[in-house]
Amino acid sequence: MTISKEQVQHLAKLARIEITDSEVRILASQLSDILEHFEALEDVDTKDIAPTAHPAPLRNIMRTDEVEDSLSKEDVLQLAPETEDGLIRVRAVLE
Amino acid sequence: MVTTLDQFETVIGLEVHVQLITNSKMFCSCSADYSGAEPNTHVCPVCLGLPGVLPVINEEAIRLIVAIGLSLNCKVSDFSKFDRKNYLYPDLMKGYQVSQFDLPICENGWQDLEIDEGLFRCGITRVHMEEDTARLLHRKNAGGSYSLVDINRSGVPLVEIVSEPDMRSPEQARAYLISLRQLLRMIGASNANMEEGNFRCDANISLRPFGETELGTKVEIKNMNSFRSVYDALCFEQVRQAKALIEGENIVQETRGWNQEKGITISQRVKEEANDYRYFPEPDLPPLTLSNDFVENIRSEIPELPSAKKQRFVSLGLNEFEAGTLSEDRSRANYFDNLVESLEGKSERAPKLAANWMLGEVARWDNEHVGKELSEFPIKADSLAELIVLTEEGVITNAVAKQVFEKMLSDGLGAKQIVEKDGLAQLGEEAGDELVAIVRSVINDNDKALADYLAGKSSALKFLLGQVMRQTKGRADHALVQSLLEAELEALE
Ligand SMILES: [Zn+2]
Repeated sequence: MTISKEQVQHLAKLARIEITDSEVRILASQLSDILEHFEALEDVDTKDIAPTAHPAPLRNIMRTDEVEDSLSKEDVLQLAPETEDGLIRVRAVLE
Repeated sequence: MVTTLDQFETVIGLEVHVQLITNSKMFCSCSADYSGAEPNTHVCPVCLGLPGVLPVINEEAIRLIVAIGLSLNCKVSDFSKFDRKNYLYPDLMKGYQVSQFDLPICENGWQDLEIDEGLFRCGITRVHMEEDTARLLHRKNAGGSYSLVDINRSGVPLVEIVSEPDMRSPEQARAYLISLRQLLRMIGASNANMEEGNFRCDANISLRPFGETELGTKVEIKNMNSFRSVYDALCFEQVRQAKALIEGENIVQETRGWNQEKGITISQRVKEEANDYRYFPEPDLPPLTLSNDFVENIRSEIPELPSAKKQRFVSLGLNEFEAGTLSEDRSRANYFDNLVESLEGKSERAPKLAANWMLGEVARWDNEHVGKELSEFPIKADSLAELIVLTEEGVITNAVAKQVFEKMLSDGLGAKQIVEKDGLAQLGEEAGDELVAIVRSVINDNDKALADYLAGKSSALKFLLGQVMRQTKGRADHALVQSLLEAELEALE
C-alpha cells in the first residue's frame, strides 16, 4: 500500500503543518514504507479476535469526584503567546 | 404562500449535548463550575493538554451517564472505551476531544412521549461520554477581528444523546426535548438549561414523499439556543425543503445555521475535511467494564420517572386524566402515594378515593396556594386518610366530610376529633325518629313546595330533601331522608 502525495498534503492540512514539495515527496515515501512494514500483520488470521481497545490489562480506573487546586491564572497565561484581560488571544475564528 | 407540506413526510433526529452536574471535570480535578468563575482559573496540565499528563475518569460522571442511559431504556455496555476525535480548533487544548466512537456506554433505548395524537415512542441510538471544549469570545476592533479563549469549560463532563430519526414533526421534536429536560432534571444529571448552554441541540431534518421508505437527503441545523428556536428552525426548514423539492431542486447535504433575528436557516461554509476526525482509541484511558452490581446500584437510585408513575397509577385503576394529573408533579404524586398507602386495607377503592380527594378538595387548596408544593399541605396524608375512611364507613356523609376537611385546614385537628367534638356523625337508622320529626316539620313549613309536589312537580321533592339536609347540617343519610320524605308525602296524597 502506498501513500500518495495528495494524502500527505491532506494530512498536513489537517494537522496545520506547512510542508514543502520536497518534504511531501520524502514523507510520502517514508509513510508508504511504514505501512508496507505493517502489512506483515495481514498474514495473521484475526477472524475470531476482537480488536484490542487498550494494550494494558487495566479496566475501570476511576477517581472520586473531588476538586483539587488548579494552576494559578498567571501560570496558565504565561504559556500563551498573547493574552488580553485574563484571556488567551488567538487569531480570529470564523463562525 | 401555498403550503406544500402535505406532500411530504418530515423526518427529524436530534443530537443533544448535556453538561453533567459534577464537582470536578471529566478527566482532571479542576472545578467543573465554570459559570461565574474568573476566566482561566479552573485549569491544570491535564485539561490544558500538556505532554506527559495522565487523565483519570470521573466516576460520578460515569454514574450519571449510566443513570441517563437507564432512564432512556438503553442497554448499558459491559465493555466501552474512549476515543480521540482529532481536529484543530482554538477551543480544543489538546488538538483532540476525548469522546466515544464505536463503543459508547449506553445504546439502543427509547423515550415515550405524550403528544396530542397520543403516546409516541422515539428511539435512542446512543448515549456517550465526552468532554466539553473551551469557551471562545469573538472580538472586533480597529485592527480587525480576533478571538479570546477561556479554558475553564474545557474538560467539563458532556454527554451526547443521539435519537433515532423517529420524529415526524417539529411538535414531536419539541415534545422530545421537553421530556428529555424533565428526565435529566428529575434524576439530577444536568441542569438542562438551553439558555445557559448546558443543554444544546443540533437537529437533522429531511423530507420524503409519503409512502417512501428511503430517507431523503438530510440537513443538519445548528445554533439554536432555546426550545422555541429549535421548533422555529425545524418549521422553517421543512417548508424550505418542501419548496425546493417541488421545484425539482436537489437538497444539498450540509450544515445550516439558525438565524434567530431573520428567522431563517443559512448555509454554513462547507468545511473541507470537516468529518475527517481520524478517531482512534484513547491510549491514556483504560476501557470500562461496568459490572452488573455497579449498574443495578445506579438503577435502584433512579427516582421513578413521570411516565412510569403514570402507568403505575393507571394500573391502580385511575383513568388517563387522573393518572396524568397526579404524576406530572413530583410532590403531588408523592402525596397521592402516601395517601393510598395510608388507606391500604381500609378500602378496596383506596386509589380511586384518594384520586377523587386529590383532584377535588386537595387540588382546590393547591390552586389557591400558587407557588406552594403539596409537601407543604397542612393536612398530612394519614390524617386525610382518616377522614376518607370515616366517610367510606358511613360515619359521616360526603357533605359533612367537606366541612370537616375545612376544619382540619383551619384548626389543625384530626378528623375523628372534629366529628366527635362537633357532633357531626351521620344521622342514620338509629336516628330515625329524630329524622322523621325533621321531615314532618320541613313539610309543614313549606306549603308551596308541598303544593308543587302534589301538583306533580318532582323538583319539589329535591327542594324538600335539601331543606332536611340543611336542618341536619348535611349529617343526615341522604338515601334514608329521601325514603322518609317519600313515605310522608305519599301519606298526604
Ligand atoms: Zn484540569
